[in-house]
Amino acid sequence: MAERFTRDDVTAIAALANLELDDAELDLFARQLGDILTYAEEVQRIDTTGVPPTASAVTGHVADRGDVERPGLDRDAALANAPDPAREAGLFRVPRVLG
Amino acid sequence: MTIATAIDIRDAVRSGRQTARESCQQTLDRIAAVDPLLHAFNTVVGERALARADAMDRDRGRWRDAPLLGVPVALKDNLCTRGVRTTASSKMLETYVPPHDATAVARLESAGAIVVGKTNCDEFAMGSSNENSAFGPVRNPWATERIPGGSSGGSAAAVAAGVVPIALGSDTGGSIRQPAAMTGVVGLKPTYGRVSRFGLIAFASSLDQIGPLTRRARDAAAALGAMAGLDPADATSAPREVPDYESALTGDIRGLRVGVPRRMMAAGVDPGVAHAFATAIDALAARGARVVDIELPHAPHAIATYYLVATAEASSNLARFDGVRYGFRATGDGSAPPTDLRTMYTRSRGRGFGAEVKRRIMLGTYVLSAGYYDAYYLKAQQVRTLILRDYDRAFETADVVAMPTSPMAAFRLGEKSSDPLQMYLADIFTVSANLAGLPAISVPCGFTNADTAQGGVGLPVGLQLTGRLFDEATLLRAADAYERDTEWWRHTPPVATPR
Repeated sequence: MAERFTRDDVTAIAALANLELDDAELDLFARQLGDILTYAEEVQRIDTTGVPPTASAVTGHVADRGDVERPGLDRDAALANAPDPAREAGLFRVPRVLG
Repeated sequence: MTIATAIDIRDAVRSGRQTARESCQQTLDRIAAVDPLLHAFNTVVGERALARADAMDRDRGRWRDAPLLGVPVALKDNLCTRGVRTTASSKMLETYVPPHDATAVARLESAGAIVVGKTNCDEFAMGSSNENSAFGPVRNPWATERIPGGSSGGSAAAVAAGVVPIALGSDTGGSIRQPAAMTGVVGLKPTYGRVSRFGLIAFASSLDQIGPLTRRARDAAAALGAMAGLDPADATSAPREVPDYESALTGDIRGLRVGVPRRMMAAGVDPGVAHAFATAIDALAARGARVVDIELPHAPHAIATYYLVATAEASSNLARFDGVRYGFRATGDGSAPPTDLRTMYTRSRGRGFGAEVKRRIMLGTYVLSAGYYDAYYLKAQQVRTLILRDYDRAFETADVVAMPTSPMAAFRLGEKSSDPLQMYLADIFTVSANLAGLPAISVPCGFTNADTAQGGVGLPVGLQLTGRLFDEATLLRAADAYERDTEWWRHTPPVATPR
């Protein structure tokens, strides 16, 4: 069951991933993602009946921290790397959301 | 003559034979001499390093017992450094200056190490050749028309070229071990949870681990000892006591059971790599190790499993780069800037990320999407369990598992970059340790002589040993014992001259 990606499929995935791709990338990724997933389909031939999934190899331990107040990141430091900070207001500025 | 190790430098500074400033200045001079050729560094912090060295030299009493006193170190550029640009070799973070230090970095500095710079890598640590850096590739010190491996290629090249005795890397599917093998140095990926990931720019959070690249196993032991242990800032760091790794280096590996998964290596391994590996196994046996055959039946599926799991996690982790709080934001580029929020997001990400990062975000987004989750992501997580069980079974009859680190030596720049799947397949021997959370080390074990165009020098080959959870001590002991019987670590690439 080889997966075939059309440009429309790639466009749909790109929309989910919030990625703007150009025409060349749409063609390239359609081919490459198809190749990679065709290879990755080998996992579907493995019998995993009754096998629990492993999300992480972390060894079980309690990692909760105390529910106590701690200083957070200083506002100026938080804004220091912002592409368009509104420092006086203490805000990140973005293009308008509503038309 | 050999290049000074971290321990040599520490002892020299401690005894007063050398100042921390002299140690640092030597490294800075080496960077100036070789980095135009290698491009191992994204950022060099000479003044900061010398100021820190001077502070140590002024206050020798306070620093006398520091285990890495005056030792210059380089950091992969995906490790956050407070006040020092941290780019992950991405246009997305080209100007990013973190407000915090990674815990591993802070601990190395507390141990007396001096950060001299940030090393080039594959963008967001995604790659096996270092060709995915937004700032250009790193070159292999042994043959500069070849890749140094990846993704920690700059760290590996810097150590191989004798610039620094210790560099930190991160390893999600082999990104410490594979470049270590390809540049002829030691690379250690600790157990998942052994070293805090706080301040490591996340790629795949269930697989990522920080570790050292060094010329000698003993330096790796010293670096790991300085970094390891519980960190309240990383909930996945393990509340386990950190052993004295240096004292584990007894040279005694009598009776150590070395498991070799022969069936897995039956095909697809370069003959020069296979020969070096077989000779290395003989050397371990000659020192008293017992070689046993083992099976890892699901290991051949590790690459497919890895690229499903890792890309899924990456697509989630990299969602944070949206051009709002930090990082690149697409502006006009001559045309009008994005006037709505969504276009600002998609264009910033489309232009801020390179091709391989976008490819992996796309793949991860797809395998997590409705209708495909069970067939790909859930299935991969189940196979991950089977791979884990394979290792559990192997460790019933073996104490360590031995494989070549990479099925091939360093390839030429551009040789594989047009076919991502071929590039992924080269990770066959490294990815399963990440999926299982196990510690693994790569040690130089010889050279291929296949390419006579290299003037008979050949290219470095790595021996990989994988151990039980939290049993880095056994890996380091075996690696150190192997070094005592071999002289591969003495070899230096053409660009390296003694410190």
